Amino acid sequence: MNEKKSILNSNALYTLIAIAIGFLVGALFLLVAKINPIEAYTKLFTGVFSKPKFVVWAVIYASPLIFTGLSVAFSFKTGVFNIGAEGQFVVGTLAAAVVGIMVDVPAVIHIPLCILAAAAAGSIWGSVVGFLKVKKGINEVLLFIMFNWIAFYLSNYVVNLEVIHKEGGGEATKDVLESAKILLPQSVRQLTGCSNVNFGIFLAIIAAVVIWFLINKTTIGYQLRAVGFNRNAAEYGGINANRAVMTAMAISGGLAGLGGAVQLLGMSMRVSQFATQESYGFQGITVALIAGSNPIGCIFSGLFYGAMKYGGSKLSLINAPSEVVDIIMGTIILFIAVSHVFKKLALKGKRG
Amino acid sequence: MGKTSHIDESTVTIQMKDIVKKFGNFVANDHINLTVHKGEVHAILGENGAGKSTLMNVLYGLYRPTEGEIFVNGKKVNIDSPGKAIELGIGMVHQHFMLVQPYTITENIILGMEPVKGLQVDLASARQKVRELSEKYNMQVDPDAKIEDISVGMQQRAEILKVLYRGADILILDEPTASLTPQEIEELIEIIGHLTADGKSVILITHKLKEIKASADYCTIIRQGKYIRTVNVEDVTENELASMMVGRDVEFVVEKKNITPGDVVLEVKNLHGKDYRGTEILKGLNLTVRKGEIVGLAGVDGNGQTELVEILTGLRKGDSGEVYMNGENVFNWTPRALFKKGISSIPADRQKHGLVLEFSVAENLILQNFAEPEFSKKGILNKKSIFDHAKELIAKFDIRPSGCEERPAGQLSGGNQQKVIIAREVTNDTDLLIAVNPTRGLDVGAIEFVHKYIVEQRNKNKAVLLVSFELDEIMSLSDRIEVIFDGTIKGGMAGKDADENTLGLMMAGGNQHE
Repeated sequence: MNEKKSILNSNALYTLIAIAIGFLVGALFLLVAKINPIEAYTKLFTGVFSKPKFVVWAVIYASPLIFTGLSVAFSFKTGVFNIGAEGQFVVGTLAAAVVGIMVDVPAVIHIPLCILAAAAAGSIWGSVVGFLKVKKGINEVLLFIMFNWIAFYLSNYVVNLEVIHKEGGGEATKDVLESAKILLPQSVRQLTGCSNVNFGIFLAIIAAVVIWFLINKTTIGYQLRAVGFNRNAAEYGGINANRAVMTAMAISGGLAGLGGAVQLLGMSMRVSQFATQESYGFQGITVALIAGSNPIGCIFSGLFYGAMKYGGSKLSLINAPSEVVDIIMGTIILFIAVSHVFKKLALKGKRG
Repeated sequence: MGKTSHIDESTVTIQMKDIVKKFGNFVANDHINLTVHKGEVHAILGENGAGKSTLMNVLYGLYRPTEGEIFVNGKKVNIDSPGKAIELGIGMVHQHFMLVQPYTITENIILGMEPVKGLQVDLASARQKVRELSEKYNMQVDPDAKIEDISVGMQQRAEILKVLYRGADILILDEPTASLTPQEIEELIEIIGHLTADGKSVILITHKLKEIKASADYCTIIRQGKYIRTVNVEDVTENELASMMVGRDVEFVVEKKNITPGDVVLEVKNLHGKDYRGTEILKGLNLTVRKGEIVGLAGVDGNGQTELVEILTGLRKGDSGEVYMNGENVFNWTPRALFKKGISSIPADRQKHGLVLEFSVAENLILQNFAEPEFSKKGILNKKSIFDHAKELIAKFDIRPSGCEERPAGQLSGGNQQKVIIAREVTNDTDLLIAVNPTRGLDVGAIEFVHKYIVEQRNKNKAVLLVSFELDEIMSLSDRIEVIFDGTIKGGMAGKDADENTLGLMMAGGNQHE
């Protein structure tokens, strides 16, 4: 019985089942659209794995998602739902861009400066919400969503400022200076055949390990988790719950901001004017949910999402809509959520 | 109180023979027998997790028995669903009510079997039937009252009526008194009397001995899933019932060393404070607790004891007054500062305040002390010492199951959750221990355990403030009893001089020497 119970308890099993169902549902939609799902999924797979270069690209796609995933996962662990990672990501990108364009210092200083600026911007964006929640009792979900839009329009405003705007038209900023880019050396880029290979993934892995350590091994993590699970008991035990919520939001926001820096300095190099939200933050929610809010798990679910995004972009080659990836990811989330219900049912009545 | 016996020994309504119920390898019921006659109140007594509820869920069709037979009115039956049980005249009132809050009592009762007239629900005839049933058993239920507006006792009557409305002759009541006030308990026992007078049988699942003595005819004792025996309640004492339930002799009277109370530890002066609605509830309260004494704070719920404890532990801010702890005014300090100053507490609600249910037992045991050098250095937790600390306390306080260091506290039984809190707070060993309803919902064995440790703190010359709604508990433990009424102390007396009548009168607002 113990063995059975441990399998029923295991999140990994349910996650794998949910992923399988996600692909099945995606196949149904493809069939309805008169596209051969086997052909589409083959393309999705070969689009990522047929050349080492493709794998590298998938990893590049994954890096910012790991960060936003970590941001959301961290907030879940501490009892806050950071639906504002989107906005924190945007202000992080923006801060990195401003520093990357306006400040001219050697790379050893410039890169850390850009990254720090991004983390600080995201952190402030999260903290303001935390402050309003703690001091004024405003619902954080509403605040986060509003702050996402404030970040969105702030970014579009800053992009069009003359000092930073690309010369000679176009709806984007100048590129960041060479000294701010986090690309790997030219030799590596040539070897992999991928012009944008950068060390964002290493930063993401380091961040995941640090966050895992912070949550599980430190007194700060202990306090944040206690407040997240049971605020009353935490306060009874002498933990300052308000301060814990503020800390959690600051760290969570900082992580999303870092994601913005990695995307900007390693991939896009400039901020374009948005027509719609880019959704890195919302995709982070998916990454966190698939990972079961485990920081180390976020590395793998982030890579999975990155691969799906990159592979999905090639579906148009066979006239299949890349949106099918969104259907698959959405279905996975739905079934992971449902699995919690099933798990409860399966475990119910096991005690006398 | 007093029971009215209406047993018709010639008619057996329920017979459960050699019932076995297994969950995997775990045997929840191991050959249990139960015989219930017409008009009988039959109590099922057992500790938490003994298998009482499992047995009743088998009878009510929620579980299928692994082995064994059930006879209803002499006929062998196969109860495979609650629907079948209801058809056979068996009804169950669960511990947690299943009522729709914004609906009236009548609407709740007919839910799922609404009488119809044409296309409309025939509320009028349903209401009439509910009223008749209520009058027949003297329940004084208003069929049109909304659930959200009525007391817990009334809600329970609505549940009983729901079962009667469906034609039940055998009523299973699962821990029916768990959330009732003493008056409501008395009224429930009266209603049970009316039911049996009408030939209904009542099966009472409980671990409260006093209520069994007051209301039951027979009592079947179950221990660790096994049938122990069925006794005629008149022939046994509460003590005997308790030892049959626990499997060893139970000490009801706690050994107390003779100590003369020493210096004042806690002194509350003219304390004023509001409740959660913002109404003044503490109106100039004065209280002292000395070293080596247990001060029992008696009172009906809602007279300010919750707010007093919250102010003393820092969870609520008071309006004015002074709180001296070892001579220093600690009024409105933070929870952390108050703990450092020597106040620890066993909170009233162990799941809301006492424990983080998702945390492991080991993590819960360091709730106030995680930052101490023993458990963390430079902000890094020392997992090994935290684990060892838990291991030691689990052994010392007999927290079960043994080896539960890494298990979430939420997986433990209520009694063992309480043991985790007791272990933590007693080990904190502060100058003042505040215990609020420390034995609520616990069975006899666990109550004995909790009382032992509270008295031990006093015997170690610490100060103890015991806040409890159980008068028996206050009277058996306290060196001095203070009665709280309407936000002030109404009066006090030495524990050994206390009698229930005087205390009861003072708790209701009367004066000591009237």
